[in-house]
Amino acid sequence: MTWQSLPDWWWPFVFILAAGWFATDIWRFLGVFIGGRIREDSEVLVFVRCVATALVAAVIAQLILFPTGELASSPIWLRVGAAAGGFAVYLVAGKRVLVGVLAAEVLLVTGLLAL
Amino acid sequence: MRDDRSLNSSSDSGTYDLATRLRWFLRGASRIFSVPAILLMSSFVGFAGLAIESGMKIEQTVFMTIVIWALPAKVVLIGAVTSGATLPAAALAVALSSVRLMPMVVALLPELQGPRTRRITLLFLSHFVAVTAWVMAMEELHKIPRDLRTSYFAGIGVVLVGVNALVVAIVYMLSASFPPIVFAALFMLTPMYFLTSLWRSAREKAGQIAMIAGLVLFPVFHALVPGSDLLLTGLVGGVCAFMFHRIQRNRLEAK
Repeated sequence: MTWQSLPDWWWPFVFILAAGWFATDIWRFLGVFIGGRIREDSEVLVFVRCVATALVAAVIAQLILFPTGELASSPIWLRVGAAAGGFAVYLVAGKRVLVGVLAAEVLLVTGLLAL
Repeated sequence: MRDDRSLNSSSDSGTYDLATRLRWFLRGASRIFSVPAILLMSSFVGFAGLAIESGMKIEQTVFMTIVIWALPAKVVLIGAVTSGATLPAAALAVALSSVRLMPMVVALLPELQGPRTRRITLLFLSHFVAVTAWVMAMEELHKIPRDLRTSYFAGIGVVLVGVNALVVAIVYMLSASFPPIVFAALFMLTPMYFLTSLWRSAREKAGQIAMIAGLVLFPVFHALVPGSDLLLTGLVGGVCAFMFHRIQRNRLEAK
C-alpha cells in the first residue's frame, strides 16, 4: 500500500486524506476535546514537543543532505555550508527568519553559479 | 451571581449581526498583508518547488495544502511518499510530526472561544492551526472583542489557506518557464524556513536540544535503517531532549 500501489486517479487523494488529513486534524480535534483539561506546561506536552521537534529537524536534515530534483546534483558541502552560514547570520541578526533564509539563498545561488 | 452576569453579557454580545461579523472576518483576512504571512507565502513558493521536484501533480499539491495545511506535515508526507513508504508508515510519520498541533490548539482555546461558542465552530477553526496562524492569533486575539474572535480568526485562517493554495497553483503554472537554478533555490527555502522559525519558537531549552539531536541523528539512522530513519530520529532525538529537560529540572529543584 504505497503511493504507487494503484494506478487510479483517486488513489493519491485517498493516500493524502488517510496519511495526511487524518494524521494532522486528529490532533487539532483532540486539542478541542481535551480543551482546558491539560496544562500547557505539563511534562507530557514537553515530551510531545521534543519528539515533534526532533522529527521536523530530521526532515530538515533529509532535505539538505538528500534533496530531490535539481538540488540533488549540487555538492553536499555547498548545501550544508549555505544552511550553516544562513543560520549563523540568522543568529547574529537577532533571530530574524527572513534575514537567515535570504543569507542561505544568496550563499547557495552564488555557489551554484560559481561552480 | 457571577455566573448570571456572564450569562447575561454573553446573550447581549451574542447578538452581533452578520455585517459586524463580516467586518471582523475581513479584518482578520487583512492580516495576509503582514510579515509572517508574507514569509509563509514565500515558504509555500518553496514548498511548491519541492512538490514539483518530487513528482506531485498540481491538483494533489493544492489538495494537500487545503486538507493538511501544516507545512511540516506536508513535507514529511512528501518525504515518505518519495522514499516509497507504505500508507501506515507515512501516516505514522505525519502524525508524529503533527502532535505539536494538539498543545497549540489547547493553548489557543481560552483565547479564541466565547462563553457561547459551539464546539463544531471550534473544530472547524482548529483546522487552521499551524505555526503562522497560531502565532498571529496568540498575539492579536486578546485585542478583539471576545464574541467576535471566532470571526476574526476565521478571517485569518480561511484567507491564509486560500491564498497559499493559490500560490502553489501559480508556481506550478509558471514553473515550466523557470530556469533550473530557480528550482534549486526554491527547494532550499523550506528547510531554511523550518530551521530558523523552529529555533525561535522552541519554548524550552529542550526544544533546541531536540532540534540539534534531530539534525545530528538523522544521517546516522539514514545509514543504519534507511526505511525508518525519520521515525527513529524523531523518537530517539525526542527522548534525548526530554531526558535533558528532566535532568535540568531536577537540578533546579535540588538547588
